[in-house]
Amino acid sequence: MLRNYLPIIMMMAVAALFGVVMGKINEFIGPKRPSEEKQSTYESGMEPIRTARERFSVKFYMVAMLFIVFDIEVVFLYPWAVSYKHLGVAGFATMFVFIAILLIGYFYVWKKGALEWD
Amino acid sequence: MNLYYTDLITNSPLLTLTATGLLLILIESTKSTRTRLTFGVGIVGLAVTGVLACFHLTPEQSTFNGMMNAGGYGSYFTIIFVLAAILTFLLSRSYLERMGNNKGEYYILIVFATVGMMLMASANDLIIVFLGIELMSICLYILVGFFRVKDRSNESSIKYFLLGAFATGFLLYGIALVYGTSGSTNLTVIARSFPTVSSNTMFIIGVALMVVAFSFKVAAVPFHMWAPDVYEGAPTPVTGFMATGAKAAAFAVFVVVFDRTLGFSGGKLNLVIAMIAAASMILGNVLAIAQTNVKRMLAYSSIAHAGYMLSGVAAANTEGQSGVLFYLIAYLFMNLGAFGIVGIMEGEDEKNLSIDDYAGLSTQRPVLAMLMAVFMFSLAGVPPFGGFFGKYYVFLAAVKANMTWLAVVGVLTSLVSAYYYLRLVVLMYFRDGKADVPMKPSFAAMVAVCVSALLILQLGLYPSAVVQLVQSFH
Repeated sequence: MLRNYLPIIMMMAVAALFGVVMGKINEFIGPKRPSEEKQSTYESGMEPIRTARERFSVKFYMVAMLFIVFDIEVVFLYPWAVSYKHLGVAGFATMFVFIAILLIGYFYVWKKGALEWD
Repeated sequence: MNLYYTDLITNSPLLTLTATGLLLILIESTKSTRTRLTFGVGIVGLAVTGVLACFHLTPEQSTFNGMMNAGGYGSYFTIIFVLAAILTFLLSRSYLERMGNNKGEYYILIVFATVGMMLMASANDLIIVFLGIELMSICLYILVGFFRVKDRSNESSIKYFLLGAFATGFLLYGIALVYGTSGSTNLTVIARSFPTVSSNTMFIIGVALMVVAFSFKVAAVPFHMWAPDVYEGAPTPVTGFMATGAKAAAFAVFVVVFDRTLGFSGGKLNLVIAMIAAASMILGNVLAIAQTNVKRMLAYSSIAHAGYMLSGVAAANTEGQSGVLFYLIAYLFMNLGAFGIVGIMEGEDEKNLSIDDYAGLSTQRPVLAMLMAVFMFSLAGVPPFGGFFGKYYVFLAAVKANMTWLAVVGVLTSLVSAYYYLRLVVLMYFRDGKADVPMKPSFAAMVAVCVSALLILQLGLYPSAVVQLVQSFH
């Protein structure tokens, strides 16, 4: 039974090797022109060292929340698309209702201005 | 995968209300400035749902591949939830306008919370139970904190959310253990495998964790800590809705899971539930005496009433089940009515919430005082009102299940409760005071409290119609 995992282990080995090799090649042959900005810690484009007690705009949370809702929609869409023929009309109708409900939610979010950054 | 059209027809109340909620979202996104349309469509949708449920009171049948039961028991609870939602709608409109926060989302959330409750009551699978509890709870978390500029509303919302999330964790862990031992989340299958797994320690732990989660939802001691703070901070109509609708939904699940599925005949768990019931009755009633805020007093009274109803669940016989079902509909009217009057009395900035503010109300607003007296007498369990028969049936069930001690605790604590209920009546009628009601109560709110009072009387004078109905759900 464990032999079934062999391809996965090989895949992991190849992935690790690929990562190390590419990193090393970059280190050896890449051009190096260091500057102060480049040497500093990368923190998603923000100032790396400052007070942690800061208030975030609620807009970030809105984006994160909406992202999760529509991300989960896609999670459901994939298995449905794979077994679409097997599920038939009933599966289509169910998914149609599901997406229609999400669409109503999307419409609400849009009209309430939650998608506008400013 | 098949689509059973009959399932859609038998579940029409649930589908109607879901469609209403979605329609309200569309209305709210196009007409964001006026709430009248949202309010009206919501009321109509709820009424249609209730009428459809009345047509489906016939014996229940399994639908959606055994995931849900439609009709009978579920329809009875649907009627309770829909009535709670309609009364809350009527009470809320003028209240929200007075507090300057009349938004359409409020009504949408009430509708979706009602959908969640309906899912809970008609569930035949623990997954549907979980889904319903979450749908209801998430709507309630937002409703509790609906006055988002008020600190107290925020506080109660975050408190309810954090503790509710913990309770959800307990529930899920319990469901996982029950699934692991019995092999299914379907209640019919669990009931079938119950004789073989009932001695399994893992199964017992799983069921005990579910008791914790459901006790939290009905606010029973020792899982009641959130109730006074949340009930106090929430907008008053929401408090009423939580104390009646959400409690009824949690009891629907309690009865389905513990009485109908597991039916602990001779088990130890109904003794545990009996102890929870006794603790709730004692603690709720004793602590209610010490309260000076009306909403906190009613919160502790609601804990005590959870105890009364749990003694019917603990009895685990048919009398207990029908007793709880009758109690819930009587409790709906008396408690929502009482919270309705508290909402009518309440002024801006939490004025008129102290018990002493009710002194001399009978001279200022005789009708309000009389209605409040009706609700208080009924909550105390005085005979001509519906609350008396509720208590009578659950205590009778406890005696029949050889738990006479539980009935004795219930009767004694009811005597204690008479003190704080009647104190309010005494204040309203026999004390001079300057009870000032902020403005003339709105027509809709008055209709809601008057109808509640009339139905309390109806249930007290002619309980037989409802009793026969609830006895048919076995």
